[in-house]
Amino acid sequence: MSSPASSIAPVAISVRDIHKSFGPIEVLKGISLDAREGEVVSILGSSGSGKSTLLRCINMLETPDRGEVTVAGETIEMLAAGNGKSRPKDRAQVDRIRSRLGMVFQSFNLWSHKTVLENVIEAPIHVQKRPRAECIEEAEALLAKVGIAAKRNHYPAHLSGGQQQRAAIARALAMRPAVMLFDEPTSALDPELVGEVLRVMRALAEEGRTMLVVTHEMGFARDVSSRVIFLHQGQIEEDGRPDEVFGNAKSERFRRFIKA
Amino acid sequence: MTQPGIFELLSFGPGGWGNILLAGAMMTILIALSGYATGAVIGVLGAWAKVRGGPGMRLVADVYTTVLRGIPDLLVIYLLYFGGSAAITAIGRLFGAEGFIGFPGFLAGMLAVGITSGAQHTEVFRGAFRAVHPGEIEAAIACGMPRWLRFRRIVAPLTLRHALPGLGNVWQVVLKESALVSITGVAELLRQAQIAAGSTGLPFDFYLIAGGIYLAISTVSSTVLHRAERHFSRGVRRS
Repeated sequence: MSSPASSIAPVAISVRDIHKSFGPIEVLKGISLDAREGEVVSILGSSGSGKSTLLRCINMLETPDRGEVTVAGETIEMLAAGNGKSRPKDRAQVDRIRSRLGMVFQSFNLWSHKTVLENVIEAPIHVQKRPRAECIEEAEALLAKVGIAAKRNHYPAHLSGGQQQRAAIARALAMRPAVMLFDEPTSALDPELVGEVLRVMRALAEEGRTMLVVTHEMGFARDVSSRVIFLHQGQIEEDGRPDEVFGNAKSERFRRFIKA
Repeated sequence: MTQPGIFELLSFGPGGWGNILLAGAMMTILIALSGYATGAVIGVLGAWAKVRGGPGMRLVADVYTTVLRGIPDLLVIYLLYFGGSAAITAIGRLFGAEGFIGFPGFLAGMLAVGITSGAQHTEVFRGAFRAVHPGEIEAAIACGMPRWLRFRRIVAPLTLRHALPGLGNVWQVVLKESALVSITGVAELLRQAQIAAGSTGLPFDFYLIAGGIYLAISTVSSTVLHRAERHFSRGVRRS
């Protein structure tokens, strides 16, 4: 999957020296990471390693205490707050950058008062202010792509977990994002439903989407991603092509992690 | 003189009480609606203070709901009507006005109903907001919805879904509470029934009729509320 082209493609997302503490616990201890266009980066790590927090710092669902996030060339401007932490300077800029990042959550988080189609067209119409007819057309194509076109007028509560997650992926794609962020997208699913979601993600990877994927799915990390990152206690311990990292890990901890 | 029949009592012609009772019913609805709306506004602000406010705002909101739920509603009406009148009279005297100036009964009633139901509204909205799945709000943040858009499109409809049953209860309470306003002389349904009963010497008939009208109003409004509940609960799994 890691074509030579990916090493010269422009950088889609860049994270510089991200620090984040919750109270006395330092969850991220200076993470830096670039993803070029078309790269699929799997972020692995045991629970508590900070991998979800890293993803949530990228779209400012958590405000990093320190560090810089750049999406498609635009850096989120931060201000120093009094307590030694930082906060975004311009809320409108954060909202604009968020609309360029498609987020897929562990617990799907579809809006339960809206049908599947309404979920998908909501942000394109109201955030991006695109014409409704165009959004509906595009949404229907996306729902067909993730295989739930027939469920377009159903409410999320009437869908299986796998269908809900595929709808959530369609919702994120509808924003035409520069980068897709997946936060453990299959962890809340029954085992027999994991496959259908991974298939959709693999198809997205194959069409050249830039993706950051926090996951426990070793198969996906090994076979689909172009790069694997292993986080341990808020620091990057491994970073490389999947064949390198899985075949020849430098860290003992990672070797134990993949055996478990 | 023969006893008039019920239809004569309720006729809208001369000698009938139909017009007066109808006007009283309209006034009752008006007081209840305006008081309820006032309470809803207070409730939204109170819930917002409790959920998002700083320690000071939270304390004010907590004191408000604790006090208002712990004292009789009639006392609030007395306080506003008589207390309000006394205050206005005192202010009037400062500017050289003589004698008693009454606080408008309707305004006192509306405010009293609003302030007392506002405490219940606050708790209903707060509880309903807490029941919204935080992930759904997070999803709205993550796709770049600014605060107001998020409130309008996601937070408010999801909160309303959980709030509606509680809001229905508050409305029923407010409707009955509006009868307390009769002590200020506002010509609402109970007051008109009182007058009719007094001047015809038929208390039993008129209070029964008034009771029937209250029941009719609450039945119609609970149907409306039920429809609203169905509308806002769309997408909720029914077992």
